[in-house]
Amino acid sequence: MTVCIIGASMTEFGRRDAWIRGLLAEAGSDCLDSSEVAPEAVEHLLVSNMASGEFEGQTGIMNALAHDLGLHPAYAERVDQTSASGGAGVYSAWQSIASGASEMTLLVGGERMTHRSTAEATDVIASITHPVEYKHGLTLPSFAGLTARRYLHQYDAPRESLARVAVKNHANGTDNPHAQFRKEITIEEAMESPIVADPLRLYDFCPITDGSAALLFCSEEVAKSYTDEYVRIAGVSGATDTHVVHERDDPTTMGGVRESSKQAYERSGYDPDDVDIAELHDMFTILEFLQFEDLGFAEKGRAWKAIEDGRTERDGDLPVNTSGGLKSKGHPLGASGVAQVYELVQQLLGAAGPRQVGAEVGLACNVGGFGNCVTTTIVEGP
Amino acid sequence: MLEAIRCPNGHVHQPPHPRCPDCGERPTDRVDLADRIGTIVTWTSATATPPGVREPNSLAIVEFDLGTSEVVTTENEGSEGGTVRTIGGLTTREIAIGDRVRPVYVEELRDPEAGIREPTSQDWSGYRFEPI
Ligand SMILES: [Zn+2]
Repeated sequence: MTVCIIGASMTEFGRRDAWIRGLLAEAGSDCLDSSEVAPEAVEHLLVSNMASGEFEGQTGIMNALAHDLGLHPAYAERVDQTSASGGAGVYSAWQSIASGASEMTLLVGGERMTHRSTAEATDVIASITHPVEYKHGLTLPSFAGLTARRYLHQYDAPRESLARVAVKNHANGTDNPHAQFRKEITIEEAMESPIVADPLRLYDFCPITDGSAALLFCSEEVAKSYTDEYVRIAGVSGATDTHVVHERDDPTTMGGVRESSKQAYERSGYDPDDVDIAELHDMFTILEFLQFEDLGFAEKGRAWKAIEDGRTERDGDLPVNTSGGLKSKGHPLGASGVAQVYELVQQLLGAAGPRQVGAEVGLACNVGGFGNCVTTTIVEGP
Repeated sequence: MLEAIRCPNGHVHQPPHPRCPDCGERPTDRVDLADRIGTIVTWTSATATPPGVREPNSLAIVEFDLGTSEVVTTENEGSEGGTVRTIGGLTTREIAIGDRVRPVYVEELRDPEAGIREPTSQDWSGYRFEPI
């Protein structure tokens, strides 16, 4: 069965007044409106979220949302794959339709984070680590610093190439009305910003963000009864890598990206060469390099050259993060993987406004932990 | 003890797991890395550290070559070759990839009461690494 996306929405990302229930309801309600699907048609509700209990003391948010949107008695479930909860929700939504278990599935991803200090939010996210990592004070930014140093050393890549990722994604974000930062930056500003995890600096990192995004899934047969404006999921998959990061043979390779994309490519029938546009998980600039290589878009150790050559710019042969990426759009954990696919839907339906590029096949890669769990989604236009 | 495990197929891992992450066999040997000399694979120095963690917090991935790494004391179990990596703090920021380091025991690596992790759920002692 071909699974389609007939509705998509996202809230403004940034520092929001609404708490988790309000954010989820805003995106979920807008998504139903975008497709003119009535609440009673929704059979499964999936809520992608990493840590509403830890951030806010609000658990059971899938039931709260089912009630707030008038979806009951729909089956409701929360999907947690840490930073990749959104992509995991897309995979679960696809399964719910493809299996025949649900005729109409609403996926809403969201996170409320900005009420916490940077130190507290960093600690909530670092609670994913193994005890031997946690006791040393390992954080996700410090994993990024360790990986970036090794990458630059191993492949003789210039430090400026990482700054170029930040500059590109900030430039793209200026054209995204939902983005947290809509401000261009220069390579000099990125290279001179304060050190956060040596050799990485402030502009190598995404911000802490509140926000939500939603997608509506059904079979192609059901989709046609509502609209001609929909996209198809060509292939989606997920995979894990080691939980303990230092146990990987090569710190510059993400096994979860390789494995999840291998299966997504197989299911879709597409190769890396067929992909026209990609939304990658640039929680840290270095991650855009690792994914670009492990998804098969460049040889190992050569992504930095592709970025320097402009291949991933909006007018390049494979635009990456036209949305502005997590870097400028912001990264409300559970929402990010959903918002990646939201951008692909806008691009494939020709609704991306000033960000519009020509694209028929789009790929989203959502990374949880420091590559502990990864999903890859390939979508194709009408 | 900086404990690693070895499985019947010779895979060595730190920290220990109930099953070998490479092949799924139950581990049969314990290897102590505490008295060995390792090599820096990569390092960082983090400034925005979470509650209860020193700032800056310099950290490294360290590799031990069990076939050739110098053993400071005589008693070591299961020294039959292979490599194994660990992660930990550094005693200095003056470090480079390839530098040789030795483990130094620290009673309390961070304040167990300050962070989100339940203090009694895990051990807070361990080893930082010092250049030689
Ligand atoms: Zn084994």
